Amino acid sequence: MLSQVTMTVNGAQIVVPSGTTVAVAMAIAGQACRTSVSGEPRGPLCGIGICFECRVAINGRPHNLGCRILCEQGMDVRTNE
Amino acid sequence: MSKVGGRRFDILVVGGGPAGMAAAACAAEHGQRVGIIDDNAALGGQIWRGQSEPAASKWAERLRSSGVTVLCGRVFQQPEPCTLLAEGENILHELRYEKLILATGARERLLPFPGWTLPNVMGAGGLQAMVKSGFPIRGKRVVVAGTGPLLLAVAAYLQKHGAEIPIICEQASWSRLARFSMALLGHPGKIVQALQLKRELASARFSANSWPVAASGEGRVEKVTISQTGKIETFPCDYLACGFHLVPNVELPLLLGCQIQNGYVQVDDFQRTTVTDVFCAGEPTGIGGVESSLVEGEIAGLTAAGRIAEASSFFGRRGKLRRFARSRDRTFRLRPELHSLPAPETIVCRCEDVRYSHLREHKSWRAAKLQTRCGMGPCQGRICGPAAQFLFKWNPDSVRPPIFPVRVESMAGVSAPANLELTTGGRE
Amino acid sequence: MSQAAYDVAIVGAGIVGAACADEFARRGMRVAIVDRDLVGGGATAAGMGHIVTMDDSEAQFALTRYSQQLWQRLRPELPSDVEYEQCGTIWVAVDEEEMTEVRRKRGYYGQRDVPTEVLDSQALRRLEPNLRPGLVGGLLVPEDAVLYPPCAARFLIERAQKRGAEPHLGRSVTALGRGRVRITDGSEITAKIVVNAAGTFAAQLTPGVEIKSRKGHLVITDRYAGFLRHQLVELGYLKSAHSVTSDSVAFNVQPRRTGQVLIGSSRQYGADHREVDGEILTRMLQRAQEYMPGLAQMSALRAWTGFRAATPDKLPLIGPWPGDDSLFLAAGHEGLGITMALATARILVDQITGTKPEIPIEPYLPSRAAKEHAHA
Repeated sequence: MLSQVTMTVNGAQIVVPSGTTVAVAMAIAGQACRTSVSGEPRGPLCGIGICFECRVAINGRPHNLGCRILCEQGMDVRTNE
Repeated sequence: MSKVGGRRFDILVVGGGPAGMAAAACAAEHGQRVGIIDDNAALGGQIWRGQSEPAASKWAERLRSSGVTVLCGRVFQQPEPCTLLAEGENILHELRYEKLILATGARERLLPFPGWTLPNVMGAGGLQAMVKSGFPIRGKRVVVAGTGPLLLAVAAYLQKHGAEIPIICEQASWSRLARFSMALLGHPGKIVQALQLKRELASARFSANSWPVAASGEGRVEKVTISQTGKIETFPCDYLACGFHLVPNVELPLLLGCQIQNGYVQVDDFQRTTVTDVFCAGEPTGIGGVESSLVEGEIAGLTAAGRIAEASSFFGRRGKLRRFARSRDRTFRLRPELHSLPAPETIVCRCEDVRYSHLREHKSWRAAKLQTRCGMGPCQGRICGPAAQFLFKWNPDSVRPPIFPVRVESMAGVSAPANLELTTGGRE
Repeated sequence: MSQAAYDVAIVGAGIVGAACADEFARRGMRVAIVDRDLVGGGATAAGMGHIVTMDDSEAQFALTRYSQQLWQRLRPELPSDVEYEQCGTIWVAVDEEEMTEVRRKRGYYGQRDVPTEVLDSQALRRLEPNLRPGLVGGLLVPEDAVLYPPCAARFLIERAQKRGAEPHLGRSVTALGRGRVRITDGSEITAKIVVNAAGTFAAQLTPGVEIKSRKGHLVITDRYAGFLRHQLVELGYLKSAHSVTSDSVAFNVQPRRTGQVLIGSSRQYGADHREVDGEILTRMLQRAQEYMPGLAQMSALRAWTGFRAATPDKLPLIGPWPGDDSLFLAAGHEGLGITMALATARILVDQITGTKPEIPIEPYLPSRAAKEHAHA
């Protein structure tokens, strides 16, 4: 098992320790997880998978809870529009 | 495409925090075939997330050696009596049981104020959860605010991991807190805890009668304005960890028809709800903390396993812990000044971006929902609901499945009983 | 304690009652609108909000077409939260038999100046790429629309209020007729005319009215912009709506302006409890997944039920109730309440003011049931 994971966040490559959640990776990269319906940037709020503010698009699919998903090698993560 | 997995248990425990673990272990130790399901891969709930707390390890070991089946998934529907559906990552669980123990825990209450939707404004437990999940907090400045014992625990934890805590703002008054300290005298263990926290937080400034009035910044929070007994002060920061105590997760009990009183699941001395063969333990019966949750879990597990005498031996301890919990609730009750936290343009429903002024026009939660879509987003009102209840005194709606968002295929996918593989044991 | 007299008291603040309030007020009458709860809380809150020109019968066509055109004309005045979208409907055909039905519908609509377009399988794929491959084609009806009903009902009531109409919300009605509406607290609202627009409760308030509840289920997803462009209905839907005794599901999806997908539909007779029926829901969603496999992985946020007010001949009751000069009905719209609301209000008020209605009203008269029984 790798001790580090290489992935892309909004097109930029980052490296995070294995076991990091996607929400944390977005925070490390300084990127908002999602854009709200009125256009505000949003990030994790509750940290436990209830608020849905940490939704991200992973490998082209939207509405993934970033706080509950571990980063995987080669993942392409983007701000959820 | 998910597969469907069917399981049958004597006792199914929903929720893998302290209450659930205690209930499951106790029941399994007395010969019951027990399953426990949580939506996290690791057990421990919120309070025992990540690190190895001695109590947590002890209970995890008891669970393991008693042969409890551990499942990972989110319970979302009861298609028929004695059956629950839960969605896992690539699986739909169909879980059959004789008896059910609900240990669904609690979540933070978050109140809206100007700027609260800025990135890096999080719940207090929320930021702690992020750090436990790997977020580097070393060298970052964090203002901690809100109410409840969680604030001190979070502040101590963050400080231990290298965060700088300029201030901890508690909305309760000094006199309330003083009365609460007196209540600690009856609980020596808690005094030790409190003193430990005091030592850990010696350098942090603690301010009662204080709450945030605004967070501001460009694209993320950069400073927080606090009101301290009317005096305004602004603190530059990287994060604002702000939570106003806990609200119980009663959605599943409601779905199953359990009677709720004052927002908590009504239970008898043996932790039985008003629904036959359905028990409830831990925070949903009353916010009590870890010790209380453990005791209630033990009582529920033992009772479900038929060990009535053993279950009742815990009543005294539970009584003492409940009294302490009630005094704690009184201490941290939200003060009326917090009603004026939101400005007219402050967003209250974050899923649908519904602003306070828009909500104020309506007379009930249902009217507000239908006209503004407040509460109709993916959080299903878990964040905005308690806030609206505090701000407007609105009573929430009844609950319908799915009680968590799930894939369409999970709601579509229950196969006929003949196609189910009934398995026991192991972990999924 | 009596209230002041009105020209008309409407019982039921759903889309039909709201449209009636708006129309009566527009023609200068003093209006009271009474509801046991809030505006648009019954079937109006539960339904899909579609505006569809239907061809089951001449009478159904006339009313739906007239009303759909009224909605189109009202569109510029509708506030944004009504979310009116002229997305059109595509009736989807899976095989040649259903394609024959497509062509029949095209002929029917064509003769009545309703624009349509026959789609072959390629055209269908182009317009709705997320439909499964292998479908034979369909019929596009571009003037059909969707909207968000609770806000539409509120808009109509607010417009009526601007002309002096008075809402009495949160007032449960125990009896109506003979110029009075009696409330549970003992008070009464008196009016020259009383309109029963109480939907599934209409029969309780006016004994003899033949309206039964037909339960439906819906599921709504999270936001997936661009997944679905038109309302889609399977042609088998007609078989479902026609059945009078059995529980049925049919493929019917609708795009919301938010990008959420609304998934339906189901019909059950005799189910009077509000709970979601797991078995029906499963069948409904499986049917939907058959037509649009991409739905399977989408996030379902909520599921709910609602009750349609159904009459024996599937046409609403709009007009005077025999035996009570003051009493009129505007109820029984089954799944077409939103569609038919505006025209219902028009022809009802026309009957009362002596204006010649734009379409023949005989098929909707409540007295038709009595005539049927007389001839039997």
